[in-house]
Amino acid sequence: MMRGRLLRRLVGSVMTGATYGAAALAILPLAIILGMLLVKGAGALDWNFFTKSAVPVGEAGGGFAHAITGTLIIVGLACAVGVPVGVATGIFLAEFGGGRFGFAVRFVADVLNGVPSIVIGIFAWTWLVKPMGHFSALAGGVALGMILVPILARTTEEMVRLVPNSLREAALALGYQRWRTSLQVVVRSAAAGIVTGCLVAVARVAGETAPLLFTALGNQFFSTRLQGPMAALPLQVYVYALGPYDEWHRQAWAGALVLIVLVLALSLIARAVVRAKRQHA
Amino acid sequence: MTDIPATVLEPEAAPRATAEERRRALRTVSRGDVIYRSVLTVLALLLPLLLLLIAVELVSNALPAASKFGFGFLTHSTWDPVRGEFGALPLIFGTLYSSLVALVIAVPLALACAVFLTEFAPRWLRTPVATLIELLAAVPSVIYGLWGIFVLIPLLRDRFWPVARHALGWLPMFSGVFYGPSMLAGGVILAIMVLPYITAVSREVLLAVPPSQREAGLALGATRWETVWTVILPYGRAGIIGAVILGLGRALGETMAVTMVIGNRHEVSASLLQPGYTIAAAIANEFSEAVSDVHLSALFLVGAVLFVIAIVVNALARVLVWRVARGSAVGSTAI
Repeated sequence: MMRGRLLRRLVGSVMTGATYGAAALAILPLAIILGMLLVKGAGALDWNFFTKSAVPVGEAGGGFAHAITGTLIIVGLACAVGVPVGVATGIFLAEFGGGRFGFAVRFVADVLNGVPSIVIGIFAWTWLVKPMGHFSALAGGVALGMILVPILARTTEEMVRLVPNSLREAALALGYQRWRTSLQVVVRSAAAGIVTGCLVAVARVAGETAPLLFTALGNQFFSTRLQGPMAALPLQVYVYALGPYDEWHRQAWAGALVLIVLVLALSLIARAVVRAKRQHA
Repeated sequence: MTDIPATVLEPEAAPRATAEERRRALRTVSRGDVIYRSVLTVLALLLPLLLLLIAVELVSNALPAASKFGFGFLTHSTWDPVRGEFGALPLIFGTLYSSLVALVIAVPLALACAVFLTEFAPRWLRTPVATLIELLAAVPSVIYGLWGIFVLIPLLRDRFWPVARHALGWLPMFSGVFYGPSMLAGGVILAIMVLPYITAVSREVLLAVPPSQREAGLALGATRWETVWTVILPYGRAGIIGAVILGLGRALGETMAVTMVIGNRHEVSASLLQPGYTIAAAIANEFSEAVSDVHLSALFLVGAVLFVIAIVVNALARVLVWRVARGSAVGSTAI
């Protein structure tokens, strides 16, 4: 090193400072987005927003009740489809996933995680919407469920692996059969972690729009019919954001605020649970 | 001293299992075990099956367009649903270009953040900052889009461009009139969206660098920055490249936010200020309003192209990240 000591230290300080700046810059968009959502969204939030459905343009007092209900129903369907398969796959990977098949499943899960959600959307269209002949909330729920599976498989696997081996050995030594050991001791110990994984995954699919575009389609009216088109929060925000009316834009911000509160609350709860769990262990 | 019951001291002689019996007991797998394992295996099979089904469906639906347009589909730039002519060049170009812009912005920032979080930040600051950056990944795409339309685009158009025009206006990348919805807006939104992924994965990669490497660098008299630059980053290179490719995969397939800000025009333009289009955005906009079977098939074909790109990119990233921390899935918590 021929460079002077002072210069080297100067470069070091400058670069250290630069990384501080980068971190600040990375957080800035989050702050701006949350700030804007609060400023613009809170103003349009009122009682009507939660209790009324959309009204024709020009009338006052419309709300997002249909979209909020729709999101809850569609996400519920997604859980019904995705959680059992995802969690079971995760348990399989943790308990029997040592071989070549386990490796392949793990790899497929990671690859599927990276498949764009819009592709899942058109797949769900060919499988459910086209044969049934109409758009439906059911198809939307299944599409989101398919996105849940690979995420859940990987988080569940990780959580089950965290369970100390001594627990398993103790159960086996007491004469438990292997499947009972696995289900009643190992998986049960990991239950909190698995639930956390579900929360994170649900938070992610609740905000998904692309897979719903050609499955649930969206709906301006209140509907709980699984066989028909149904509104969802992200879909409604999308349509209103692109629409030409100021009132729509106002409501889009409010809808986005509700959506992000839902999503961030789920992620933060999940994070807190994991942290408490890890400190315990 | 308490009295110890006699039975504890001299338990009744239980019938002892012979060595043979014990061996058999250990070897036998109960019926419950077999059922348990089979059920789990069958459910785990669904995942590879799903991937296969997606591939089959995409290909079979894309075949009509593929056989009609052949290889020219990828090189022509006319997209005219009314006349039934489809060329996907603008879509493929736009997908790659917007992702490239995103990476150019996001990679240096994300690496700096990862280095900050693992090397320079005071300990008490690490977890909160990492959590905040990860929360960026939790924000739904449609909210980025909304924000892009009403905040980012006006910001770029009214604040950034009037100032930057004098410095950058002569570049071909910044030619033409700037209306707002553009490749630039799409790239910036994508950069914000992939930043947390690249940061989280490269952070885990840097954490996996053995402390001895760091200590060796410092012991040789390098400053902390020099240690990062000459020892730690090169050591984690494969994993960091994996992280970047993973980010690329996200950017390529991102739909809603991009659709809302990129301008949605089937055109190939080197200028960042002009509107563009991406594969995912085109599918989102045109799929439910496809005017003919050929149009639908053409959309399936671009979807298949996107699917193949996504799979190759993700597989590559996985292999690279796995190489750094074999066995454990580095970054899987963040993804």
